[in-house]
Amino acid sequence: MSTRLASQGRLIDRSKTIEFTFNGKRMTGHAGDTLASALLANDQMMVGRSFKYHRPRGVVASGSEEPNALVGLNSGDRFEPNQRATTTELFSGLAAQSQNHWPNLEFDIGAVNTYLARWLPAGFYYKTFIHPKPFWKHVYEPFIRQSAGLGKAPDKELKDADTYEHFYFFCDVMVVGGGVAGLQAAKAAAASGAKVLLIEQNAHWGGRAPVDGGTIDGMEPGAWVEKTLAELQAMDNVTLRSRTMGSGVYDHGYALGYERINDHEPGNGAPRHRLWRIRAKQIVTATGAIERPLSFAGNDVPGVMLASAMRDYVVNWGVTPGQKVVVVTNNDDAYRTALALHDAGVEVVRVLDARSAGGGALMEEVRQKGIRVECGRAIAKVKGGKRVQKVSICAQNGVGGAQEEISADAVAMSGGWSPVVHLWSHCGGKLIWDDAQVHFRPDASRPPLGADGKGFVLPAGSANGAMGLGEGLADASAAGSAAAEAAGFPAKNVAAPEGVASDELPIEPVWLMPAQADVTLRMKSWLDYQNDVKVTDVQLAAREGYESVEHTKRYTTLGMATDQGKLSNINGLAMLADSLGAAIPDVGTTTFRPPYHPISMGAIGGEARGKVFQPIRQTPMHAWHERNGADFEPVGQWRRPYAFVRSGESVHDAVNREVKNTRENLGLLDASTLGKLVVKGPDAGKFLDMMYTNMMSNLKVGKCRYGLMCSENGFLIDDGVVARIDEDTWLCHTTTGGAERIHGHMEEWLQTEWWDWKVYVANVTEQFAQVAVVGPNARKVLEKLNAQAGSGMDLSAEALPFMEWRDGKIGDFDCRAYRISFSGELSYEIAVPASEGRAFWDALLEAGKEFGVMPYGTECLHIMRAEKGFIMIGDETDGTVIPQDLNMQWALSKKKEDFLGKRAHSRSHMADPDRWKLVGLETVDGSVLPDGAYALGEGVNANGQKNMIGRVTSTYYSATLDKGIAMGLVKHGPDRMGEVLEFPGTDGKTYKAKIVDQVFYDKEGAKQNV
Amino acid sequence: MLILKCPYCGVDAEETELAAGGEAHLKRFGPGSSDDEFHDYLFMRENPKGVHFERWRHANGCGKWFHAARCTQTLEVFGTYSAQVTEPPQEIRDAITAKRPGWTWREFE
Ligand SMILES: [Zn+2]
Repeated sequence: MSTRLASQGRLIDRSKTIEFTFNGKRMTGHAGDTLASALLANDQMMVGRSFKYHRPRGVVASGSEEPNALVGLNSGDRFEPNQRATTTELFSGLAAQSQNHWPNLEFDIGAVNTYLARWLPAGFYYKTFIHPKPFWKHVYEPFIRQSAGLGKAPDKELKDADTYEHFYFFCDVMVVGGGVAGLQAAKAAAASGAKVLLIEQNAHWGGRAPVDGGTIDGMEPGAWVEKTLAELQAMDNVTLRSRTMGSGVYDHGYALGYERINDHEPGNGAPRHRLWRIRAKQIVTATGAIERPLSFAGNDVPGVMLASAMRDYVVNWGVTPGQKVVVVTNNDDAYRTALALHDAGVEVVRVLDARSAGGGALMEEVRQKGIRVECGRAIAKVKGGKRVQKVSICAQNGVGGAQEEISADAVAMSGGWSPVVHLWSHCGGKLIWDDAQVHFRPDASRPPLGADGKGFVLPAGSANGAMGLGEGLADASAAGSAAAEAAGFPAKNVAAPEGVASDELPIEPVWLMPAQADVTLRMKSWLDYQNDVKVTDVQLAAREGYESVEHTKRYTTLGMATDQGKLSNINGLAMLADSLGAAIPDVGTTTFRPPYHPISMGAIGGEARGKVFQPIRQTPMHAWHERNGADFEPVGQWRRPYAFVRSGESVHDAVNREVKNTRENLGLLDASTLGKLVVKGPDAGKFLDMMYTNMMSNLKVGKCRYGLMCSENGFLIDDGVVARIDEDTWLCHTTTGGAERIHGHMEEWLQTEWWDWKVYVANVTEQFAQVAVVGPNARKVLEKLNAQAGSGMDLSAEALPFMEWRDGKIGDFDCRAYRISFSGELSYEIAVPASEGRAFWDALLEAGKEFGVMPYGTECLHIMRAEKGFIMIGDETDGTVIPQDLNMQWALSKKKEDFLGKRAHSRSHMADPDRWKLVGLETVDGSVLPDGAYALGEGVNANGQKNMIGRVTSTYYSATLDKGIAMGLVKHGPDRMGEVLEFPGTDGKTYKAKIVDQVFYDKEGAKQNV
Repeated sequence: MLILKCPYCGVDAEETELAAGGEAHLKRFGPGSSDDEFHDYLFMRENPKGVHFERWRHANGCGKWFHAARCTQTLEVFGTYSAQVTEPPQEIRDAITAKRPGWTWREFE
């Protein structure tokens, strides 16, 4: 059984007991435990079930590479699935649930899949679920959805209770990894005076060295770590952060750090995670190495563990996963595990060394302890369901005919070590295959390149393939100095500390155990634990012609789980290479992509959630709208009232009331959001003639003109009323959503094409509040304000005619009044300084009482403009519509030689007479056409779909006319007046509508021109 | 996450401060141009693996457009310069030649 040892456990505090639950069962651990070490201390060998076959799975690793021990953590608004038990620090009250089983962990229905394994081979998704076709929707898809994904998503109704933040950091040298290599690299870099950041993903510093032993400068590695850490902490130019993972390396020295601030004491008020957005001149990756599993049958039975992980559990947490342990290896390092177990009083029943000559000094040391070591031997099979029970032993060079079966309750395996090359590779660092050490390591001659064309990442220590303690420290020291020098800090001569460890004999590659294992063994030999990919799956993929490692990955799902193949990738591609008869470096690796290890969505979002997700723009009258029933809609980043809803009214009722009242009495629209661009300078007129399709240079001072803007492609991009303010100044109104975009558009042309033209553009949208005073009583209310003040501008039709503007005073307010109308009614749009906006709004409401004043919202605005047949950018246009489609040839100047879009309008398909053109649409029964509905034509197209000859662009219920009105683009529309078209709706009904003139109300324009 | 120096305000600007504006040194064709000329102006773009000239705007900074010469393969930046020129200045071409002898891009070399 797995249990807590009486001794060992350098990271735990046995005086502090912590209570937690696993699947509701109460357990205890110690301060310093991870959830994994605490579960093992409680003999919880089985911690989850695998994805495809639902096989019992136990802890296999001790760090972030763990593929099996994934749990759902906590509950309610702090629930999070797929958390690794190995990287979860134990805290009081922790509640973990195992995943991927039903009804429970011990008894699971899905485990039947393991007996179906023969019929669930690689690519089974692609092969099995194709035929018969109807099965997809009713059988296969529901099955796949049911079994897809590990863990459960958090409740969508709950919001994450925690807070997160982003943090910006700039440094000369960033060192990733706080093992002895990272510490030494940081020390060497800092000695030169460079600003250094050192981050470590775990809570403790020093990495594996304190577990693996040896001496550094004559000290125990742990003591050297303490001393070096203290030295670094004393330096002003060094920043240290533990619990902070190097997540990704990106272009030009950008890197992300992921700090888990309070995962180990949740709810303490601090932000949970902090995303470090780092710019480093140089990055040192001292990210260590990860041990590989061995591929033998039953290598996934709970109790089979990486040898290094088992050593960690013994030394760091005082936990042994078994009482009778078999160690199996192809290298010397695993002997350290045998020694650690033996020293802790655990029986090592056998060491199986696949190498025929065995190992070196460490093997001798193990033998001297009386432990039986057998060379050239292998595991044929591990027997046991929910934990290891027996181990069958065979010759490595055979098919697996078992020669001996021994009792054991745990297996420590080592297939060699792979440098963690992820961060080196993220931004283009290349790898080379090291035949002697049997792994890929960074090729220092091909680093990721920075803006200056020089490398900006340096690998260090075992992450660079410098595997021995002494070799790793020397390599890291050199990397630290070189990084500082490359960052502009001449290197100080820093002596690398002397690391001494046992000499090791070379590893021998073992990709399958035993080497000629028969198929019954191979189909129980796991490569990817999390995604249930076996040796036979990769071999099948190779037989079926998958030669690219990237294709094999996707076909078999090898390395596609949440651990991204940290344990499985090298074994998998070695197996692929073997199956293809190719060399491993010729097969190559899959692409390493950030993040190194999954990071929380909360950290990525940072503070940007809720109200600060994006800034909301508010007009000076916003507070009044909020208090008076405004039903807001987003328009760009603005919030505009859709309608002002009174108690007892539906939104639809409110809209209809607003339409009728504005047509009959007096309506007020907060038009402050309309874009206002001042275009000024000696060449402003010439410039606006290029920007607009119609002529603006000949507009008289004091007058307004409606203008259209096209892109160089000829498509409509904006519209609005332009006013000539003085000889060299124009004010251009844009759509609400278009102000910044059109400002940018103008700047682009001014800066990059006509940079010698003397023109300035200023966006003054927010400097003014603007109110549209609309309706038969519009003039009366404004004249009343003047009368109350005793003076004011002349607002008569003669003094301020339609499509003109005047500066002056209305009542007590300095203003600019435009006689423009988007509703067809008598209308003044009045701009006042933004600071006066609310007072002006209030004054209009007060004075307007006797005239039946009501504010109206954007829907009323839309309906009134549609009644008048006015187009709306974004409704009648969608980026593919040209002015000619909207019958607006009148706005295309024939006098101008050039304007943006003019050349494009003469391209063949722009001049095509078959283009859909704007018409009015009126249902035969008065109902409202569905928005976006298409008009049916004759016949079918090449895909067998019915031909369409038009579509609805705007459709409303008109309270004025008490019927549905619409506009649409129809093929040859203007030539087909009176024709009735059919529009199928998504509700299954077909709507019939007649083509009519698009102006439904006051065709002569009598109402606005009074 | 590139860093480009804005030649107007001198800031080493992060990509989050910048807006990409596509290929540099396009010649505008308007009314009177042939269909082929206009088509090429609107749609035909270089897609090199290597030396490239681009337009960028320091959008969340000084607001100015500028040009950048860089390598699309290694992300090396050879230099940034004014948007108000119709071809790469000689010092930019020299800087590229020093790193990529024999380079060509459109009609430039
Ligand atoms: Zn700038």
